[in-house]
Amino acid sequence: MNFYDIVFYLFAALTIASAGVLVFSRNVVYSAVGLLFALSGVAGLYVLLAADFVAIVQILIYVGGILVLLLFGVMLSQKGMRVDIGTGAKQLGPAMIVVAGVLVVLFRMIMKTPWALQSVSEFEPTTNKIGVLMMTDYLIPFEIASVLLLGALVGAAFIARKD
Amino acid sequence: MLQNFAHILVFLIFGAAFVGINITISRLLQARNPHPVKLSTYECGELPEGESWIQFNIRFYVIALIFLIFEVEIAFLFPWAVVFKSLGTFAFVEMMVFVFILIIGLAYVWGKGDLEWEKPANVPDTSVSPLTESKELTQLMAS
Repeated sequence: MNFYDIVFYLFAALTIASAGVLVFSRNVVYSAVGLLFALSGVAGLYVLLAADFVAIVQILIYVGGILVLLLFGVMLSQKGMRVDIGTGAKQLGPAMIVVAGVLVVLFRMIMKTPWALQSVSEFEPTTNKIGVLMMTDYLIPFEIASVLLLGALVGAAFIARKD
Repeated sequence: MLQNFAHILVFLIFGAAFVGINITISRLLQARNPHPVKLSTYECGELPEGESWIQFNIRFYVIALIFLIFEVEIAFLFPWAVVFKSLGTFAFVEMMVFVFILIIGLAYVWGKGDLEWEKPANVPDTSVSPLTESKELTQLMAS
């Protein structure tokens, strides 16, 4: 087990533990803090997968943007901290069956997929390649993304308007 | 590349260790005299009333939403900025189209007044007019 593996398991443990806090906490604000660490841990995993641009975007947009939005959403609610989250154990039997089924499917998927394993020596910056591909091969998706963002902006502003 | 991120990891580890060690040291050194008064909120001598939780203005949410959209735009600008010198005018025009489409959105929310800060309505307190108040005050000061 080398340094790379240690760091990987560190970030994986951080992600899973924070996701556990996020799911099992009865306080929305604690859940939001759990989400903060879970998203940051995923960013660390992206770095270990040699996806440096994705990792930075993850921190910039998910940790810096979406989490703030979520916290504002929590703070907007009248009940705030005392909001009762329905995370009680209901329908235990059917839930177990569904979860077991999903587990089997995921496990088979993990086992059968031919994973493209990459050696550590192949790490290099990806931003340049992403930029070239975005401006040449993926030009139409790139411009459509701006239309999508425009739609999101107008829709969000329309819904959030009071009258 | 991984080397550069290792620097960030070192920062993370040192930051976490700094906080952890300092809290542990202060826990070891501190004197413990718990008292309920120490847990109350300091309010300049006033007794605190109600909870610290207040409902936030919805304007914060709208501004955060608009911020998020333009943050995604910024994320798209970075890879473009890295290569646009080598790709030339075409890449520049492409990005201008991208930015222009989003500027339409900005113009929309601006024109519709979503960027205006919604101030709470200023309702003057009619029960005490400033004139009578000042009269009372002068009476009070005269006596």
